[in-house]
Amino acid sequence: MSVIIILIIISVIVAAFFLGVFIWAVRSGQFDDTVSPSIRILFEDRKQEKSDEEKEENPGAQT
Amino acid sequence: MAAKENVEKIACYHCGDDCVQEHIVFDGKDFCCNGCKTVYEILNQNDLCTYYDLEKNPGISLKSKKFDDKFAYLDNDEIAHLILDFKEKDKAKVTFFIPAIHCTSCIWLLENLYKLTAGVNHNRVNFVKKELSIDFNPEIINLRKLVELLVTLGYEPSISLEDSNKKHAKSANRGLYLKIGVAGFAFGNIMLLSFPEYFGFEGLEENIQRFISYLNMLLALPVFFYCANDYFRSAFAGLRQKFINIDVPISLGIIVLFVRSLYEIVAMSGPGYLDSLSGLLFFLLIGRWFQNYTYQGLSFERDYKSYFPLAIYKYIDGKLMSIPVSQIEKGDKINVRHQEIIPADSILLSAHANIDYSFVTGESNPVAKKKGEYIYAGGKQVGGSIDLEVVKPVSQSYLTQLWNNEAFTNEKDVSFETLINKVSKYFTVAVLGLALVGFAIWFADDVRKALNAFTAVLIVACPCALTLSAPFALGSAMRIFGKKNFYLKHVNVIEKLLKISHIVFDKTGTITYSQAGVVNYEGEKIKCEDYKNIKALAMNSTHPLSQLLAESIDENITDISLEKYEEISGAGLKAVVKGNTYALGNWDFVNTGTGKKYEFVDATQIFVAKNKSLLGRFKIENKYRDGIAGVVDSLKRKFTFSILTGDNKTEEKRLLDLFGNSTTYRFNQSPQDKLDYVIDLQNKNERVLMIGDGLNDAGALRQSNVGISVTDHTSSFTPASDAIMTSDALKYLPDFMKFARTSQNIVVAAFIISFLYNIIGIGFALTGKLTPLVAAILMPLSSISVVVFATSMTNLIAKIKKLL
Repeated sequence: MSVIIILIIISVIVAAFFLGVFIWAVRSGQFDDTVSPSIRILFEDRKQEKSDEEKEENPGAQT
Repeated sequence: MAAKENVEKIACYHCGDDCVQEHIVFDGKDFCCNGCKTVYEILNQNDLCTYYDLEKNPGISLKSKKFDDKFAYLDNDEIAHLILDFKEKDKAKVTFFIPAIHCTSCIWLLENLYKLTAGVNHNRVNFVKKELSIDFNPEIINLRKLVELLVTLGYEPSISLEDSNKKHAKSANRGLYLKIGVAGFAFGNIMLLSFPEYFGFEGLEENIQRFISYLNMLLALPVFFYCANDYFRSAFAGLRQKFINIDVPISLGIIVLFVRSLYEIVAMSGPGYLDSLSGLLFFLLIGRWFQNYTYQGLSFERDYKSYFPLAIYKYIDGKLMSIPVSQIEKGDKINVRHQEIIPADSILLSAHANIDYSFVTGESNPVAKKKGEYIYAGGKQVGGSIDLEVVKPVSQSYLTQLWNNEAFTNEKDVSFETLINKVSKYFTVAVLGLALVGFAIWFADDVRKALNAFTAVLIVACPCALTLSAPFALGSAMRIFGKKNFYLKHVNVIEKLLKISHIVFDKTGTITYSQAGVVNYEGEKIKCEDYKNIKALAMNSTHPLSQLLAESIDENITDISLEKYEEISGAGLKAVVKGNTYALGNWDFVNTGTGKKYEFVDATQIFVAKNKSLLGRFKIENKYRDGIAGVVDSLKRKFTFSILTGDNKTEEKRLLDLFGNSTTYRFNQSPQDKLDYVIDLQNKNERVLMIGDGLNDAGALRQSNVGISVTDHTSSFTPASDAIMTSDALKYLPDFMKFARTSQNIVVAAFIISFLYNIIGIGFALTGKLTPLVAAILMPLSSISVVVFATSMTNLIAKIKKLL
């Protein structure tokens, strides 16, 4: 039966890892603005090719 | 009025405005002004026309926006330093607040700024806060160029004294998110580990049981010491002021839960209630998060600093230099340009000035000033640039002195008590009483059982559901108001609204349209041709009355040129148009002694003459907002009204028609008068709702029990207030007041539900049958059912009342 203790410990460690990820996400500001990223993800559809070319032209530019 | 022509309306490709005054066709697209066309050209050249695909007509109208060297002050290092977040040699970061950000296209364009100009490394939009942060290389592009580029595109950043003062604070919500995360983590795990206990597994070995109990304790420690500390702090602060708030019974419940669980685990008498403890905090914190909802794009705290410019031009050794406004001293000679605000009380050195005092007095027509006259801070120069000598420093000036009033130093309305805090007093006493009763009943029998009953009552009566009812009912109501463009600073404004007995309106800009007026003409008949010429003449002036007159004439003019144009500020304008001389202006300016007489009227008027013979006059009256009569009608029975205005008595008769005899009217009110009037009412035990719009109402808005500022656009600045409302929402004011009452009733109903749960729970507790399983079921069940009830009822009733 004592194997269950090991299982519990492992499950809590896994859960704690996700808690850690959550804390990191909050700290790094991912919850500060929840609207703009949802809009941003839809950009660059139609002019995909063009903007790709442009990126090659100015490799220094970041999005 | 001019003859109405049937002109088909053409929407500008850039901003969507009607192309009335001008109509430019470029690249097969229609534009309403040169500014819009320019933006299109820039975007077109840089392959950024996706801007126009994402949303229809996304642009910001650029009519009458010229900046010349308006931003030259940004070249001054000292001022630039105030704005920049940080700066190194080749790296700088700046965050601008840009009120014009409103759609997907805006985000797209602003985040592609680096394609438009070299030197911009990285830029990001925060849509909710309407902020743009830019990393750039100051060696390639300087701050001024950057700002000018944004202005050219129509995204003028707001750079004011206030913005430079506050450095960007971290989101206060982060702490709350962390607490919710920790509490949720503990709640889930403890509950999972407690399952064998719930189902009463007998076969579990003792050492495993003990292991689980201690693990639960470990998981509950951060819940107790970290997640709950806000409640302890608030309860302690309340008790120190001899005041029992709702956090007192909550803290009591939490402490008893924790201590008793600890005892049970250590003494091996039971598994404790740690699952209930973490569940309780998890729900409470979610309630707090729902309640803390704020409109981040709006600011409810603005004072004069956000209206005032950051820099001003000062004469130093005869040369114009820009200095920060805060450094202005008595005796400085300064230069103020068109549409700039005069930051300090001064004496006019130039021959003429035209000062628009609408910020200060609400009076919308500019006042002509002559050399040597005293000019109050807060006025806006209209027309050419003027020189001034400063008499008082910024903080001591006429307008800014208002903020030295104690209304601004005191915390607003401290005596206000929310319903929940009122209830909590009786609740705490009742719960403690019952707990003692339980203790007394069992005491004769068995001391341990008596202690158990005592703690069980405190645990089960912990007012979790009670605390959640108000945040969720009122929070939902606040969101519903928000959809109708009525934005509250905090949910407790709803409760404050219920207590209102007297409503004070500001006139100009609040119940009347701030810009538009009704233009009526009387006099000789004017031919269509003349109308066109008059419009051409009026359009040439920046004076608001001329602009208004030009807009009211519904003629299309494209090819009319003026000769010998002359504008005398404070008098009028004249020019030769197609061979005829036209004059517009006041009586003395236009009257040529033709002997015509006009009866004196109390309205703003512009006389018009053609070739020195008087034609007639345009009378300009305020235009009241649509639906204002309906608002008055439906609120009249429950509230008394007052009207405060900085204007003269011109409109008295029309106001009387609208508001009736029982309303108090005060004319020629200074900002200080308005503030004093509100204090006066409050001394007569009235609870005042102030509805105003400008900086001139700031004192009254602050002093009143609830202050609502009305604005045409949420992107424009509003003075500090409890709520912001767009002008089209004003007609729903009676509905808002009624719905505030409804939502309060829902809170009461939710209270009753949570009391029922408490009674059931206390029944278990007093009989000594409160097992951890019962607690673990009862607590989430009561919380969730109250939350569901409060939210769904509020939304349902809003739908029935057509507020959604």
